[in-house]
Amino acid sequence: MSTLGKLLIVDDELSVRDSLGKWFREEGYDVTTLENAGDALTQLAAQRWDVALVDIKMHGTDGIELQRRMHEIDPELLVIIMTGYASVETAVAALKNGAYDYVTKPLDPDDIAHLVKNALAHKRTAQENVLLRETVAEVARPEDMVGQSGPMRKVFEAVETVGPTDATVLITGESGTGKELVARAIHQASSRRFHPLVAIHCGALTETLLESELFGHEKGAFTGAQFRKKGKFEIAEGGTIFLDEIGDISLRTQTDLLRVLQEREITRVGGNQTIKVDFRCIAATNKDLEKLIEEGKFRPDLFYRLNVFRIELPPLRERRDDIPPLVNHFVQKFSMAMNKRITRVAPAAMNQLQEQPWLGNVRELENAVERAMVVGQEPELKEQDFIFKSQGAANGSSKTLEDMERAYILRVVEECGGNQSHAAELLDIDRVTLYHKLKKYGWTRTPVETR
Amino acid sequence: MKLLQLLPIGNVDDGLLKDLRPAVEETFHVSCKVLSVRLDPEFAYHGERQQYHSSEILRRMQSFLTDDSWRLLGVTAVDLYIPILTFVFGEAQMGGPCAVVSAHRLRQELYGLPADPKLFRQRVIKEAVHELGHTVSLTHCDDYRCAMAPSHAVEWIDLKESTLCTACQSVATPATKVSSGHFF
Repeated sequence: MSTLGKLLIVDDELSVRDSLGKWFREEGYDVTTLENAGDALTQLAAQRWDVALVDIKMHGTDGIELQRRMHEIDPELLVIIMTGYASVETAVAALKNGAYDYVTKPLDPDDIAHLVKNALAHKRTAQENVLLRETVAEVARPEDMVGQSGPMRKVFEAVETVGPTDATVLITGESGTGKELVARAIHQASSRRFHPLVAIHCGALTETLLESELFGHEKGAFTGAQFRKKGKFEIAEGGTIFLDEIGDISLRTQTDLLRVLQEREITRVGGNQTIKVDFRCIAATNKDLEKLIEEGKFRPDLFYRLNVFRIELPPLRERRDDIPPLVNHFVQKFSMAMNKRITRVAPAAMNQLQEQPWLGNVRELENAVERAMVVGQEPELKEQDFIFKSQGAANGSSKTLEDMERAYILRVVEECGGNQSHAAELLDIDRVTLYHKLKKYGWTRTPVETR
Repeated sequence: MKLLQLLPIGNVDDGLLKDLRPAVEETFHVSCKVLSVRLDPEFAYHGERQQYHSSEILRRMQSFLTDDSWRLLGVTAVDLYIPILTFVFGEAQMGGPCAVVSAHRLRQELYGLPADPKLFRQRVIKEAVHELGHTVSLTHCDDYRCAMAPSHAVEWIDLKESTLCTACQSVATPATKVSSGHFF
């Protein structure tokens, strides 16, 4: 027969153990009664109970101390302290030590029945909550971190090493290498994963706006501050704050940031009350912070605060072996999002993708695959679905705007058989402007006239 | 043939005992008889609490058991307690022969309300069935209408019925058959 729950009663009075044990058994609980703290601790090492009712006054170890030691063995055990007479000191001591509640003897039957019932409901909800969070965390695990190359394996190892610690992490690497993904992976691997991860892109905000975003502001702190607003550090309470583009913040904000990292407290803009904040900091930049320090644009003390554990993300061109798995990953991702049954990339196209410079790194590769997925036909992406840069462009010798204008104008004029009036009309510029441009680009009528 | 015996404890209204008989007979399918002897509960009195210790009463009731006893239900008007609780409506030996039920806290007058004899009788019957249920090893029932539903306040007693739910009845009936040797 299933029971309502497992109860442990620890009391050195036989009459209490017998009567309360019997009463709870009639209620439908699985009850164990023990007469002292030693027995309780020994038994607790071998088995688990849902709720323990512990007498505060016992020979040897008292109930408060027993409750503390019980929680060392089983932190999830809900302990209800039974006391002979209610006093504020007793209640405070019991609750401070982590007791679920305390009751005064003799117990009111209705009260104790409800208390134990509620304690069990509380425990089951908490267990269910943990289970759900773990399930969500499992489902929401960052999957975009793809790579089997040596440099990426080192990154994964670093994430695994630093994740569970509370150390500040500095992630460096070119734009588009996936710094935010690494920050998310570190957060997910930490004990703070059930708390928020708050990302802020420092480079996108002006100095005053960044200050208000980071630290919050009081009502009336500045024009437009109609309400009190919490800053990102407050929002990230218990979790992680990710400061992206940290190399772009002003020296003044650097000073404020340094103070928050040192003191773990903030003051809202326009306020004078300091607020304690609990967070882990992860910063990222594509800038060379050491060089910025030499130039006097970055505070060395802030750098040392941030550079506790460093993860350097390699550019995509240094890990070309990762391009095929990355492309396949993006194909899978976009085929689901676009509801297209494209499952592979033609080998010729994949070869070309591996040859590209990818100056914009993984982000550029992702965009290229997304575009190809839009124009591509099921079941595979072909070379023509991608826009590949020519070798010249790949070497960085791309045409200037002037080169492109020259080529376009000459092509239109030639298509019009050298008729400048017609060409000007097609180009939507006046004839004099076309004349000047043709003169500038050294065009002569001769080749046209020979046609 | 064994009997369900009712034992008056202290000054208890004979009419109440007579009302109880058909109700418990119907639920447990066993003949019921009111004993002519009476138990004086003074030995179980606690001066400070001004209440009577139900567990001690249960122990003393053992001596009233005879070969004819299937179960022995003590019925009293005094206020009962067990040391750890402020009061009990009754107490039973789980799977054992004796149970006691108190009418003290079942009267409307105790709560400053006008007397309601019919409601009072109903409450006593429900609590008698409840305690006897424990003697056939029934624990508390999730069905709030079942007489075995937990009731630590009269409001909860009023919600339930004086009969057992199908599940509890299916446990109680064979227990009665086996141990009383009689199917009423």
